[in-house]
Amino acid sequence: MTSTPRTALDTVTHAAGTPDAGQPWAELGLKQDEYERIREILGRRPTGAELAMYSVMWSEHCSYKSSKAHLKQFGEKAPESDALLVGIGENAGVVDIGQDYAVTFKVESHNHPSYVEPYQGAATGIGGIVRDILAMGARPVAVMDPLRFGAADHPDTKRVLPGVVAGVGGYGNCLGLPNIGGEVVFDACYQGNPLVNALCVGVMKHEDIHLAQASGTGNKVVLYGARTGGDGIGGVSVLASETFEETDPEKGPAKRPAVQVGDPFQEKLLIECTLEIFNERLVAGIQDLGGAGLSCATSELASAGSGGMRVELDTVPLRDSSLSPEEILMSESQERMCAVVEPDKVGRFLEICEKWDVTATVIGEVTEGDRLEIYWHGEQIVDVPPRTVAHEGPVYHRPYERPSWQDALQADDAAALPRPATGEELRAATLALLASPNQAAKSWITDQYDRYVLGNTVLAQPEDGGMVRVDEESGLGVAIATDGNGRYAKLDPYTGAQLALAESYRNVAATGARPLAVTDCLNFGSPEDTSAMWQFAEACRGLADACRALGTPVTGGNVSLYNQTGDAAIHPTPVVGVLGVIDDVARRTPIAFAEQGQLLYLLGETREELGGSAWSQVAHGHLGGLPPAVDLERERLLAEILISASRDGMIDAAHDLSDGGLIQALAESCLKGGNGARVVVPDGLSPFVFLFSESQGRALVAVPRSEEVRFNDMCGARGLPVARIGVVDGEEIEVQGQFSVPLRELREAHEATLPGLFGAPR
Amino acid sequence: MTGGGLGRIGVVTFPGSLDEGDARRAVRLAGGEPVALWHREKDLRGVDAVVLPGGFSYGDYLRCGAIARFSPVMEPLLEQARAGLPLLGICNGFQVLCESHLLPGALTRNDHLHFVCRDQRLRVERTDTAWTADYARGQEITVPLKNGEGGYVADERTLDALEAEGRVVFRYAGGNPNGSRRDIAGICNEAGNVVGLMPHPEHAVETLTGPTTDGLGFFTSVLKRLVTA
Repeated sequence: MTSTPRTALDTVTHAAGTPDAGQPWAELGLKQDEYERIREILGRRPTGAELAMYSVMWSEHCSYKSSKAHLKQFGEKAPESDALLVGIGENAGVVDIGQDYAVTFKVESHNHPSYVEPYQGAATGIGGIVRDILAMGARPVAVMDPLRFGAADHPDTKRVLPGVVAGVGGYGNCLGLPNIGGEVVFDACYQGNPLVNALCVGVMKHEDIHLAQASGTGNKVVLYGARTGGDGIGGVSVLASETFEETDPEKGPAKRPAVQVGDPFQEKLLIECTLEIFNERLVAGIQDLGGAGLSCATSELASAGSGGMRVELDTVPLRDSSLSPEEILMSESQERMCAVVEPDKVGRFLEICEKWDVTATVIGEVTEGDRLEIYWHGEQIVDVPPRTVAHEGPVYHRPYERPSWQDALQADDAAALPRPATGEELRAATLALLASPNQAAKSWITDQYDRYVLGNTVLAQPEDGGMVRVDEESGLGVAIATDGNGRYAKLDPYTGAQLALAESYRNVAATGARPLAVTDCLNFGSPEDTSAMWQFAEACRGLADACRALGTPVTGGNVSLYNQTGDAAIHPTPVVGVLGVIDDVARRTPIAFAEQGQLLYLLGETREELGGSAWSQVAHGHLGGLPPAVDLERERLLAEILISASRDGMIDAAHDLSDGGLIQALAESCLKGGNGARVVVPDGLSPFVFLFSESQGRALVAVPRSEEVRFNDMCGARGLPVARIGVVDGEEIEVQGQFSVPLRELREAHEATLPGLFGAPR
Repeated sequence: MTGGGLGRIGVVTFPGSLDEGDARRAVRLAGGEPVALWHREKDLRGVDAVVLPGGFSYGDYLRCGAIARFSPVMEPLLEQARAGLPLLGICNGFQVLCESHLLPGALTRNDHLHFVCRDQRLRVERTDTAWTADYARGQEITVPLKNGEGGYVADERTLDALEAEGRVVFRYAGGNPNGSRRDIAGICNEAGNVVGLMPHPEHAVETLTGPTTDGLGFFTSVLKRLVTA
């Protein structure tokens, strides 16, 4: 087969000689001044291939040009932490968890692709984050998915949600990674802008940490994994059809699908192959291929290393022989990695790839000097300083302004809403809350994910946090939770971001693990909208301040902007993941009330805080007022108590209180354990506030009677307010003097909602 | 059993196998010595029994287990299994055994069309196989079930024959999770040395990570048989 005839290749020489040739920079998403700056950097117009590289690497997604100025705070305000081995800037941060183990974790968004093509968008979201973790030198050991959809009963949610869930499961299950938690939230604000975030955690020994850099002149650049195809090419179709390639009138213009297609089997082979390569210490630097494909991998490796790089692009194995060099550079074909390997280790490297049936090709080498040079059949088509592509993109200080509607929103206090007064009304409100899509059981979704594979899952959804065992001998393990309440953040983005961290931190502590570090996925509207930009700026400031107060540094993460349709932006949604360590997973604290007769204690203080609450949404469709107050010192104290109580065997169950308040936590713990509870409203609180308020810094714990004195003494000595509110008992939840609900009725209400909406697997 | 000491149980890794580490752990916790076997090698390394683990061999893009059955390791394995070597196929391993015709029938897409992961009750129907001697007939056990293609099908004559010959080893209890004919969760060959099932006993060997330890019996059963053989 002969390749399609092309017009003259746009080489560096050709570009230098044709300064006035028109280029489709605008169609590729570059601004006039950005295009001018590229010309200035190069001292000539860019070639088509160079333009392709700059356009993808300077995109918002890759360059963080609108967010960078605000993200700086995560470094500047970072708390001192002995645990941080690798910080922001690499593929993922690395945290020391002791016993010579290190853990790397990160959360990323795949929002827009998942709206366009839910299954593949969600699937490749998992694939991408798993490769990020792998590229650090770690074996991926678990995934989690924080998801946000439009209204549960909206027809488009019925299209998007089943596809996303099937994609997360289809890819993750086939990869053999347990899915240990995450979130599912419904809100009309995500209509047309669903949020599909994916988190992966990996484990390695300290000496196994790998970095994305190309050093050592003469070292080989090896591309391995899937062959490169035409999938995932966005703007380049413009390049291909308008300027650089003759369109074949028989075939029509070369339009490529913009959403990547995943092959989890290939990724599984890539993981095992890469880990074996690491094990034999065969790589000097490594980078996964994700967004912006080879453009990103080659420029980032070269930029971070000490030398330059020369790549022979025509050696790249292709699925589609008609691809142009620009398309090859921009393709986002999945399941590919790029390694820098010393020449005498290349043979063994290729042998291991062959063992795993993974295609591997030497495509270039590290050179002296500081240029990234790419050749196509012997002709130079790229000659750039790699830092200008990868790390020195544009930085914007976008204007932002507190929205004019913010005051009115905050003044619309939820305290004014009519509330249930009688026992009968409280009972009805309880059932309505627990059956509402956001507060209902999510097992319809999580039962489509494998949580057992690898045999180290100690806790998984619906627990407060997921927990996996790292070392079978010692019982060392890690716990992770992700949280983010867009309703709180809409009311006050600074506080909302802090509340996201506080909840995630509290969830990890509730499992018995000590919180160590943070990853975040910041999902916001358009940075060109001053209101959305203000929300983003406030959330970053809030999160950075809170991380400092809690002593948990941000290790990495991701920003997703432009989650906006017309003027309607999503709720500002900072999703915060916290990683914690536990010395012995056998000491973990589950949420289930497993034993009758145990005493229920409410830790922390309950105030009337209903702004942004689940109750206000379910009962009134209301969003207004202020979110609950945040007290990070209290969160720290609560966490210390929960961790000590877990370690010393003083509690048998713990559940953090968050959206839905006490009644939500009580119901979940009772249902999980199959035991009822009798509770008494404490003096001075109205039953409604006691059950539905969302005051922070609280948890519900079950204390064996034999431990009561010791537990009380500990809380008293450390100054944490606690109240004994009841006992695990019977087969119903009874709020004394108010109402009671049999567990059977509660379970029916809680578990029937999602199957009712999305179809019922048995 | 060869040489004395621990019973050596091989666990095959195909490309795309996922639960082989869990199967090896289960063998170890049951007191045996796990031996890793590689799909490309026609050498069973003198093991006393073999487990084909769960996963998605070759991605299962064609038909579950359809490609794995042609792996080099399957040649000596089929031969020795026909000669009496205890062989257990779990989930994808069961699918491979059906594709290899060591066991009759096939596994099809769950009738509700979703992947399902849950703790599943099973009734033990037969206890004189190589892998179930440590259970009592009629005993109910709970082990994880996790698959997208777990619906057991066969023609009526085959199903009747399986029933008549007592070759239904496990049945789903408390609800059929995938549309399997006659609630069949696992079957064996005529000699009872080859057993295949969809649920995952290797994920129920520790209370810390599994719903129960009910799955250990598979591995203790085969190890005891090796000692007495």
